[in-house]
Amino acid sequence: MTALSDSWALTVRDLLRLWRQPWFIAIVLVQPVIWLLLFGELFQRVIDIPGFEGGDYKQYLVPGVLVMTAFFSSGWNGMSTIEDLERGVTDRLLMTPARRWPLIVGRLGQNAVQVLIQSLVIIAMALAIGVTFDGGVLGVTALVLAALLLGTAFAALSNALALVARQEESLIGAVTFLQLPLTFLSTAFMQEELIPGWVATVADYNPVNWAIVAGRDAVQSGTDWATVAGYCGLLAAFALACTMLATRAFRAYQSSV
Amino acid sequence: MTSAIQADGLIKSYGDVRALDGLSFSVEEGTVFGLLGPNGAGKSTTVKVLTTLARPDEGRATVANHDVLGEPGRVRRSIGVVAQRSGVDRDLTGRENVKLQGHLQGMRGRDLDRRVDELLGQLGLADAASRVARTYSGGMQRRLDIAIGLVHRPRVLFLDEPTTGLDPEVRAAMWQEIERLKDEEGLTILLTTHYMEEADQLASRVAIVDRGRVVAEGSPAELKASLDGEAVHVELDGTSVNGNVEAALQGVHGLRDVLVEGRALHARVDDGARAVPAVLAALDAHSLPVTTVTVARPSLDDVYLRYAGRSFAEADRTSHERPDAASPPQNAGPDAPRK
Repeated sequence: MTALSDSWALTVRDLLRLWRQPWFIAIVLVQPVIWLLLFGELFQRVIDIPGFEGGDYKQYLVPGVLVMTAFFSSGWNGMSTIEDLERGVTDRLLMTPARRWPLIVGRLGQNAVQVLIQSLVIIAMALAIGVTFDGGVLGVTALVLAALLLGTAFAALSNALALVARQEESLIGAVTFLQLPLTFLSTAFMQEELIPGWVATVADYNPVNWAIVAGRDAVQSGTDWATVAGYCGLLAAFALACTMLATRAFRAYQSSV
Repeated sequence: MTSAIQADGLIKSYGDVRALDGLSFSVEEGTVFGLLGPNGAGKSTTVKVLTTLARPDEGRATVANHDVLGEPGRVRRSIGVVAQRSGVDRDLTGRENVKLQGHLQGMRGRDLDRRVDELLGQLGLADAASRVARTYSGGMQRRLDIAIGLVHRPRVLFLDEPTTGLDPEVRAAMWQEIERLKDEEGLTILLTTHYMEEADQLASRVAIVDRGRVVAEGSPAELKASLDGEAVHVELDGTSVNGNVEAALQGVHGLRDVLVEGRALHARVDDGARAVPAVLAALDAHSLPVTTVTVARPSLDDVYLRYAGRSFAEADRTSHERPDAASPPQNAGPDAPRK
């Protein structure tokens, strides 16, 4: 109970910090809209490719952009940890009786709130431009859940890396190195039938794609819930493993102090 | 008297650099104990070990009767820490900072709220409590650090270089605050500092730390009394210093512990007033012009000089030149001055 209450207190702390950076909030909210509109315009002729199923590319794109947004913004979660390390805040927290995992989970809580808000913005925007969600509220909920799990996993990884590398440059390098390849090695922008075989094979092992496939299936009509649940289970296990890894990374940090 | 802090043979290395080299001392309950030494002596590393942040390679330590390795959780509940680097979250208000720390120390509800207000009032931060800490002056941030360290009413308080980088007036105010904590709250305080006068003023006992070891320990008065006679400091004219200073002084009667560092000459004598003319004459005879001469009762500076075999200023200077493998990558090292 204490640990959960500590996690929540730390989530509130991170949300307060976020709230006090109006520019950051603006970017967080505007960016997904830009992705959705830009990619929707840029790739609208994709539907003309023989073999593409469905008549509206935006309809196809929304789950991909939603998951991609969660993935992108979560990757930067460790930046707060680096700031805390530099400011001496991490040391101070480590010298309190608080358990180690709430120090990570608190940060993941803030990330989840951020991903949730971004997801709602995208869904509202999608509805505004005429996208329909045949899966209804349940389907949209499953899509957002998949994005949240994926975001949690990569936010935890980002924190683990922050604690090990302890340098902004390293984290920025690693995140930018991973972001675009993992996004494009997926079905975010192109249907599986139309991407090269090797990309499809890699995508099967790509957590970003798990979230996209699960989320897209959930918002379509005729959802295969077993598939959705399977991918969400995989994502949850991945998120848990990453969170444990991040908690362990405190030891690596403390052995260097 | 029971000891609130007990360190026995602490050893810790960072790569090739041995930060602690068999460091031992103990602190009586309810006293202010000063760890005095130049940058890089191992003071901050000692604090990190005693506050459970870092593990020693060897040795053991207890704080508030709890083993730092065996019962870190209990140690953490008993201690307040004001680290060398401020631990303030600059994006939170003063009140939010203290409250979060209290929460993590297990405090809740009205007890916490009352304690937070009480502390912010005591430390003169009541008016600024709702402002984001980013807007605080250096002195205010330091006081906020103290409030954060004290929120859970710890029995032992660690103050690691609490006044480094502060203006003289702010430093004086901080000293008053530390005196008050000792007198009114009965806290045991471990103070690390590289300001001689700070240790002299605040600490009832002082351990002089050099290269990871305690080289002398006692009350400031005892330490100074252990040096009989008076200290003579001579500043030579820089243009003409040569290697003959020691030779020049060999004939001067009663001159002890002669140490030459660059243009500075340190020595001790029984009677300064009588020795100075002889010293000057000897230097003059060897064509060594003198800029200044001072004679004084031994200070803690002289104590350091005597036990560490080099002057404090010199040790402080060389510690900056030493490649510091002890550094965590993003910072300049455990005992480096704050940025």
